[in-house]
Amino acid sequence: MIRASAQERALRIEQEPLIPVGQSTGFITGTWSSIQDVWAHRELLTLLVKREIRARYKDSSLGVVWSLVKPLVQLLVYYFAIGQVLGVARNIPSFAIFVFVGLTVWGLFTEIVSSGTMSIVNNSGLVKKVYLPREIFPLASVGGALFNFSLQLVILVAATVVLGKFPLTTDLAYAPLALANVIVFGTAVAVVLAASTVYLRDIQHLVEVALTVAFWASPIVYSFSFVHRAIAGTFLEQIYLANPVTLSVLGMQKAFWIDGTAQTSQTNWPPDLALRMWISLAISIVLLWLGQRVFSRLQGNFAQEL
Amino acid sequence: MSHPPRVASMHDLPSIVRVQDVSKRFILHKDKSVKERLTTFGRSRRHVQDFWALREMNLDIVTGSTVGLVGHNGSGKSTLLKVIGGIIQPTTGTVVRRGRMAALLELGAGFHPDLTGRENVYLNAAILGLNKFETDRNFDDIVEFSGISDFIDTQVKFYSSGMYVRLAFSVAVHVDPDLLLVDEVLAVGDEPFQRKCMDKIAEFQSEGRTIVLVSHSSDQVGRLCDRVVVLHAGSMVHDGDPAEGIRILRDGYEADRVNKIRSLPTVASVERLNIAAVEAETNTDDGHNNVVVKVAVNVSESVPGWGVGISIETTLGMRLYAMDSFGMDIALPTTIGQHMIELTLPDIRLGSGKYLVSVGLGLPTGENFDRKDSAASFDIPTDDYGMGLIRLKPTLTLASPTR
Repeated sequence: MIRASAQERALRIEQEPLIPVGQSTGFITGTWSSIQDVWAHRELLTLLVKREIRARYKDSSLGVVWSLVKPLVQLLVYYFAIGQVLGVARNIPSFAIFVFVGLTVWGLFTEIVSSGTMSIVNNSGLVKKVYLPREIFPLASVGGALFNFSLQLVILVAATVVLGKFPLTTDLAYAPLALANVIVFGTAVAVVLAASTVYLRDIQHLVEVALTVAFWASPIVYSFSFVHRAIAGTFLEQIYLANPVTLSVLGMQKAFWIDGTAQTSQTNWPPDLALRMWISLAISIVLLWLGQRVFSRLQGNFAQEL
Repeated sequence: MSHPPRVASMHDLPSIVRVQDVSKRFILHKDKSVKERLTTFGRSRRHVQDFWALREMNLDIVTGSTVGLVGHNGSGKSTLLKVIGGIIQPTTGTVVRRGRMAALLELGAGFHPDLTGRENVYLNAAILGLNKFETDRNFDDIVEFSGISDFIDTQVKFYSSGMYVRLAFSVAVHVDPDLLLVDEVLAVGDEPFQRKCMDKIAEFQSEGRTIVLVSHSSDQVGRLCDRVVVLHAGSMVHDGDPAEGIRILRDGYEADRVNKIRSLPTVASVERLNIAAVEAETNTDDGHNNVVVKVAVNVSESVPGWGVGISIETTLGMRLYAMDSFGMDIALPTTIGQHMIELTLPDIRLGSGKYLVSVGLGLPTGENFDRKDSAASFDIPTDDYGMGLIRLKPTLTLASPTR
């Protein structure tokens, strides 16, 4: 009986092909096998996302409410300081909704990038001891960020309903495109930074600084009309609009901030926003692919560098 | 502990892992931050050190075998295990593998302290490659095997370390691997649990699963493995018979030990009597192993009634035997000069391996003149029938069947 099960196993194993261990570094085939590898671990990916979320709020009595406190406080601060005190709100109708739309998109991007950057280092225990497709860690951070974002989105939609500004227009179609943009671009950045941070820990601090600066490079607390007025038609405006995060913020504003269209005649969006977003999405996908190639090149030495 | 069942023949079995010309170079950076890299830019050669953890390793592991990787600290055995597991990529060469693998390089890797035992079981099982359905099916077995069902819904940060490893090991043995990689993690938990672990390993072996384990315990390796690979400084120095492998490993330790003793300064307070040299050797005649210990003693001052004591230990430090000459009716020489004392231990029935001899000089009152720990060693050749600490001469007869 014992021998039988052993022999059965040996026979079954004989049927299987011998597969090279580790990730293939082929330029195009590598991506495909990585995707298959991650797909094979999709259940683990969902568990890791759940772990992130559960562990984060496990011992706090307010739990998941905390993930809403930060953007709401930011909203209040910007609403009063920039909107009322500096008077920006005079030119922007429904300023609260406007700011909150920008903050949620920006929050999604920063969380993807900053937690993605640390994802490999923070999971060093697993990276060093178990073989998993390592892309799974930055992807789990993206999952965690999306969870927080979806909570904020619920609040946002609820707020538009309460304020009677529910965005039931065709412009709502901009929202998925904008989200795809910010997620794909953010993931591309996160994947590259996650791998680089293993080799150079300073990157985590650089990322923080860069994000603080980049916040002001997108129309979150000011509207695009200010930018347009200042640098309309110049090369600078094109650079400003080449930022995928900016395009995502604009797209989400187009979708959710109906007063931007209805109550003002200002140029709150560039005329060819949709086209720009599609181009940006295509470029982001290419960047993500390149980022994955960089990642898989670097990941071979993760276990020894951590 | 019963002997692992051997699978019929090594040759007709398929390989499960093939390691081909694998070398691994580690580059040790001494600088990690931007500042350090910038300030040392250009001179960076000095801050980079090469280290070959593995050199041109070739290994073919067939299904159903239990392979032990042994070697000194830093010999590359854990690196080899990680290369097989795909955790580290080799610098050159390839590893090919098939079947389902589970790596137990650290128990509870991936346990999150803030999650409950139940949540961690699911997470860890997924990390080791089980899907939700399989985990559901095995969940009760896992908890039952770990023996901590009362605490399964407690956060694991409140677990004792014993409970933690129990749960982790329990998950690991329930993932149904074809190939199990184990790094120094079998000696966990209390005695009954350890026994359970060993039983599980034996069960794995009988089910034809392949086990590759790294261990420092030659005892464990000898008990579990049917093949031992000895590594030294990244190269393979032995591949095959476990007893022979363990002997080679111990010879290596022995060489280190002798070097260390030579470099130690001799103590000055041994002017009256001291041990000049100790030798031990085994000679085998007619299947009996006789050990002869020769001690050269320098007598610098006439001390009446002195005696010599000798003890025998295993290389792991277990004392097997100790004796002294006080009970024997023999007066040792008191004239000044060097004397040779020869002690014969006839027909010594020890299992194969290396044994250490310690020698001391003293008086029956307890005063010591000189003492040399592990001063010499002798080898006992491989036993024909069995293995263990002692040597027996078993006989097997066929009794006529009773009605």
